[in-house]
Amino acid sequence: MEPYVKHESIAALLNRNNVDTDQIIAKQFLKKVERSGFGVHLFHDWRYNEDGSDNPDFELNNPAFKGARILVTSDNFGCGSSREHAPWAIADYGFNTIISTSYADIFYNNCFKNSILPIVVNKQQLDLLMREINENPGVRFVVDLEKQQVSTPGGNGFSFEVDPFRKGNLLGGLDDIGCTLKHVDKIDSYETQHKQLYPWLWV
Amino acid sequence: MVNFSVMKKTMYEKIWDSHLVFEAPGQAPLLYVDRHLMHEVTSPQAFEGLRLTNRKVRNPHSILATMDHCVPTKDRDKPIADLIARKQVEVMAENCRENKLNLYDMKSPNNGVIHIVVPEHGFVHPGMVVVCGDSHTATHGAFGALAFGIGTSEVEHVMATQTLPQKKSKTMLVRVDGTLSKYCSAKDITLAIIGKIGTAGGTGYVIEYAGDTVEALSMEARMTLCNMAIEAGARAGLVAPDQKTYDYLQGREFAPKGDSWNQALEYWKSLPSDDGAAFDAVVNINAADIAPQVTWGTSPEQVVGVNGTVPDPESFDDEGKRQSCQQALDYMGLRANTKMTDIPIEFVFIGSCTNGRIEDLRCAAEVAKGTRVASDVTAIVVPGSYHVKQQAEQEGIADIFKNAGWEWRDPGCSMCLAMNGDELKNGQRCASTSNRNFEGRQGKGGRTHLVSPAMAAAAAAAGHFVDIREI
Repeated sequence: MEPYVKHESIAALLNRNNVDTDQIIAKQFLKKVERSGFGVHLFHDWRYNEDGSDNPDFELNNPAFKGARILVTSDNFGCGSSREHAPWAIADYGFNTIISTSYADIFYNNCFKNSILPIVVNKQQLDLLMREINENPGVRFVVDLEKQQVSTPGGNGFSFEVDPFRKGNLLGGLDDIGCTLKHVDKIDSYETQHKQLYPWLWV
Repeated sequence: MVNFSVMKKTMYEKIWDSHLVFEAPGQAPLLYVDRHLMHEVTSPQAFEGLRLTNRKVRNPHSILATMDHCVPTKDRDKPIADLIARKQVEVMAENCRENKLNLYDMKSPNNGVIHIVVPEHGFVHPGMVVVCGDSHTATHGAFGALAFGIGTSEVEHVMATQTLPQKKSKTMLVRVDGTLSKYCSAKDITLAIIGKIGTAGGTGYVIEYAGDTVEALSMEARMTLCNMAIEAGARAGLVAPDQKTYDYLQGREFAPKGDSWNQALEYWKSLPSDDGAAFDAVVNINAADIAPQVTWGTSPEQVVGVNGTVPDPESFDDEGKRQSCQQALDYMGLRANTKMTDIPIEFVFIGSCTNGRIEDLRCAAEVAKGTRVASDVTAIVVPGSYHVKQQAEQEGIADIFKNAGWEWRDPGCSMCLAMNGDELKNGQRCASTSNRNFEGRQGKGGRTHLVSPAMAAAAAAAGHFVDIREI
């Protein structure tokens, strides 16, 4: 996994509640057996017209947001299915940071497996960030995971919380499975005990 | 002094504690996984990951796989026409062969939707930790198992380590008491709960469903109830195991046998939450207040009783909800204050991991019997598995549907997510027994109204929603 480093990037605004994983990556793109190449399909039904051209009314098609790495969005982002194709599409499109008031549980977990930092802010902070982007489209925010801080030219910066274990993995670009396998002896001994306690699961 | 109240545990806490492999400061607790369910859509990249890192599947016996999302529900004797879907199914078969995993492929008499076939074979028992790269894994909470959906990276993690780093959830008790009115079902309860607490209401929680209404539900109805815990935002749903659970499991293929059965039973009986165990949140629902539910919007929380009306965006105090309501009405092509029973429908889908079991088909058939599908309506039944299909054919249920003008299909996820070619046309309006009414979920521009099987059958005959309590 790519380590997450401090960056200054354009923040794009998608002011919608309950953006679900069907919108993020529509089902017709879930048939691929690869992990890559989903970015072009991100937000397909909103983003493209019937003829395949860009829909100019879709927020992220605003030219000021071109090259954005930060997605600022509203409540309960990523609700719906467990499809990891959603964060794959988001990462492949170029985002590595999401700022919202809340996320659906599985989506939130999936982000950390794909070098995406999902930051939680309160409603008031979100309103300020949205206003700053609306007043100055293309504005660049600085995200510093090490210090758990976001700063903005408009002075709407803030500190954020993140689980220390996940933070470490993001910063180090660490492979979760590799981390777990360091404790393989503990898994072995748990399993030995498990076989004694629940033998019917092992026949 | 010992504080005894501290020792009282919820069912979730008991399962959590007994599956904790390892916990250390600064590290996510590592939880052991007993059962791993699999389908073709969320697994290929996980197998690829194992190959690239030269890792093996740790416990192949813990895995049961099926093909359900991409599979056609007709012309099953022919190769899948969609070449990308065909490849996905072939890759699944190859991955299972290579790793010696138990797979119910398209030709297997055991094939069907993962969350239907797993209980049919008794693969999940009370007290287990169960995962699947599929959010509706919550279904198996009906057995008192901690069952939740995971992403593909986690699928790979579980295959390689039989564990997952997990954060402990908060606990929510949803008590449903009282008697349901005629034709009201577990689907109506679960929609009513989502309507009350919202699609993010359960975020961060595991929900335990309890109360005399829940105790009175059959196992299949409990599966429907738990299935949509995810639509309430919860990590999982749970129902305490009881005699119904044991009776359901006994004799099934993967259920314990002989002495093991008694040993397992003793363990299962220790699982229900202790009296007086503390929950972080409690929600009370009176079953008698629940009318047959119909969603009007593009989120499962946008739901009303069938005797209600489409809400006016102005009726919401919250600006976000007002905006969501307006967007939903625009997408759904609905006007505020329209009576739900005045909304015409063009398509009906009965099936899915929510409502594709034999009891669902029985309920719907009871309503469909002697009716005709309205002239401008297409109605399809997609049984949850070949076993469900066969049983329905033996009971005469298939004939009831066919005689009423319904299409009778082969099993699969079908129009629940419309990946397999079964889908709505732009603007088509559907009464659906599935679980999500998101924009485009059943086809681009398709308009989904979530309902119970009985409500779907009544709508098919009338051509619009009807209050089945009045039939």
